[in-house]
Amino acid sequence: MAELQLKSVEKTYGNGFKAVHGINLEVKEGEFMVLVGPSGCAKSTTLRMIAGLETISGGEIRIGENVVNDLVPGKRGIAMVFQNYALYPHMKVRRNLGFGLQLRGKPKAEIATATDEVSEILEIEKLLDRLPKQLSGGQAQRVAVGRALIKHPDVFLFDEPLSNLDAKLRAAMRVRITDLHKRLKAEGRPATVVYVTHDQVEAMTMGDRICVMKDGHIMQVADPVTLYERPANAFVAGFIGMPEMNLVPAVLTRGIGAQLTLDGQTVDLGDELARRLYCQDGPVTLGIRPQHLGVAPAGSPDSLTGSVTNVEFMGHEVNLHAKVGSATFVAVVPSEQFDRATQRGDKVGLTVSGRHAHVFDVTSGENVSLKGQIN
Amino acid sequence: MAAITDIPVAKSPEPPTAIELKHRRKALRSQILRYGLLSLVGLIMIYPLIWLIGASFKTNAEMFSSPGFWPSEPTISGYIEGWKTSTPYTFGRFFLNSLWIIIPKTIGTAISCTLVAYGFARFEFPGKKFLFMTVIATLLLPNVVTRIPQYLLFRDIGWLDSFLPLWVPSALAGDAFFVFMVIQFLRAIPRDMEEAARVDGATTLQTLIYIVVPMLMPALISVCLFQFMWTMNDFLGPLIYISSVEKYPVSLALKLSIDTTEAFAWNQILAMSVLALAPSLAVFFMAQKYFIEGISTGGVKG
Repeated sequence: MAELQLKSVEKTYGNGFKAVHGINLEVKEGEFMVLVGPSGCAKSTTLRMIAGLETISGGEIRIGENVVNDLVPGKRGIAMVFQNYALYPHMKVRRNLGFGLQLRGKPKAEIATATDEVSEILEIEKLLDRLPKQLSGGQAQRVAVGRALIKHPDVFLFDEPLSNLDAKLRAAMRVRITDLHKRLKAEGRPATVVYVTHDQVEAMTMGDRICVMKDGHIMQVADPVTLYERPANAFVAGFIGMPEMNLVPAVLTRGIGAQLTLDGQTVDLGDELARRLYCQDGPVTLGIRPQHLGVAPAGSPDSLTGSVTNVEFMGHEVNLHAKVGSATFVAVVPSEQFDRATQRGDKVGLTVSGRHAHVFDVTSGENVSLKGQIN
Repeated sequence: MAAITDIPVAKSPEPPTAIELKHRRKALRSQILRYGLLSLVGLIMIYPLIWLIGASFKTNAEMFSSPGFWPSEPTISGYIEGWKTSTPYTFGRFFLNSLWIIIPKTIGTAISCTLVAYGFARFEFPGKKFLFMTVIATLLLPNVVTRIPQYLLFRDIGWLDSFLPLWVPSALAGDAFFVFMVIQFLRAIPRDMEEAARVDGATTLQTLIYIVVPMLMPALISVCLFQFMWTMNDFLGPLIYISSVEKYPVSLALKLSIDTTEAFAWNQILAMSVLALAPSLAVFFMAQKYFIEGISTGGVKG
């Protein structure tokens, strides 16, 4: 096992398109790092550059002590699990698992022992004599993980490995992979993992740390809690969390507390927020998670009055969509506290929890309400 | 054929109504008509072959006196005499010659086409576009155009009256059609498996042998079959390059019996033609499943 370092790594394609803009990332030994971002953010390209399947146009990739820029994939000490499994269709599961060791010239007995060990860990003993086409999606995925595991690589690379599975199986596999990571750690051979996904649930539940990417730039690298509670910028704030954070334009003025004016209505978000701010008064973007918006009767003090545009009943909670001026807010309200009689067009008051509010710079998107916060 | 059957099946035990009966009769009539027509056209297409087989058992005298294919006095003398030929060699020799041309040529084609197609389908290199255009251009070029320059070239190298002019161009991926077919097939195969093999530590050649070739198998079988049949039936190639009778393949030997006999022994010629057809037919039926798969997945019509 080894740590992985990316220093100013760039990727420019032949047609001049720059996909990755000098990213720096350090994955510690035994760490589970998730790369997450919308499609086209270059997360898969980054992973493929680490694997050696894409050349890099600048910078340095280091696995352990070695700079691997010019090494072929087979010499980098990595193993990869592909999105569509990429099992060799003409080989039985047993040979699929042992192929990497066979290429390294390992003796047959050693390959057989390793195959047995891995198939026991992943519970695929009964599948060893099947062809890949005779496997279900979940089984094929386990074999693909086994093929990576058997090589004892320094770094495991996962490229959206669960995206072809149905929701239920995906949840089960998620647990299985994190359990495997923990098990390897407990056995004293921790696995360094880089895991690419576009699914924030996978990112939040699996990652020790998460690297959020956008358009070939890293937006923030942090553990799940930090990412959720103290997003570094509006992009991360909007990307992480379901439903996504409300990001609305407002005007900041500071008196005793922090007042935000929006559509002619002003709310005071209190001292705590004011102390966290390090920006000038003026136009800002207010960020507040739907879970931190309260619903009150229209016209209540320190609430924003808006009109209901949609009500989504989700079971234990209700998503209330309301428009304040031109801005749309979504509030998540527990079902039992929700007035079932509320209808589209009704006036409603929205209270903003100042303690949970974020303020973002309008132009850079940077979170300017993190003063004094450890990040 | 199940799809063609559209006679309504009575699901209930109740007797069919008059309208149902009418529909059924109509469906039956149209089915008889369809099958009748198809069988008739099919028979017209295959009749020359049937006649050929029938006539090969006829006597020479009967050959042109009756148009039917069934011999009135079946005889195998055509086969016996034909096999002996008018040369010092039996037809067995010519069959062996044919095989001796076909087998190295087919193997060479399969190997060279795979290598060239792999290069074109999977690697970037300077001049790739131009080279690929050249391959396609040779595909479009009529064979006849290159016959004379090729003949002069092989004459100067001193390869005339040997099998080399028949083997070497194919072993150097000279059959652009096959290269193109394998490229198209390769393009349809996702690269993930090859990438997985590279991550597993395979070199380019190992990836080709262990991963790509097994996946290419249907296409390669088609290539081999086409090459087998076309070479078996090739007349012009051996005619131009091979001059001594002892090296003649079957296609030339058949012509030989026409040339050397004054009164053509048609039954002998036909009998040997039937034998000449047999290897291609046998190979085709044995590999039919892969053959069809190869053509349809390759996206190239045979």
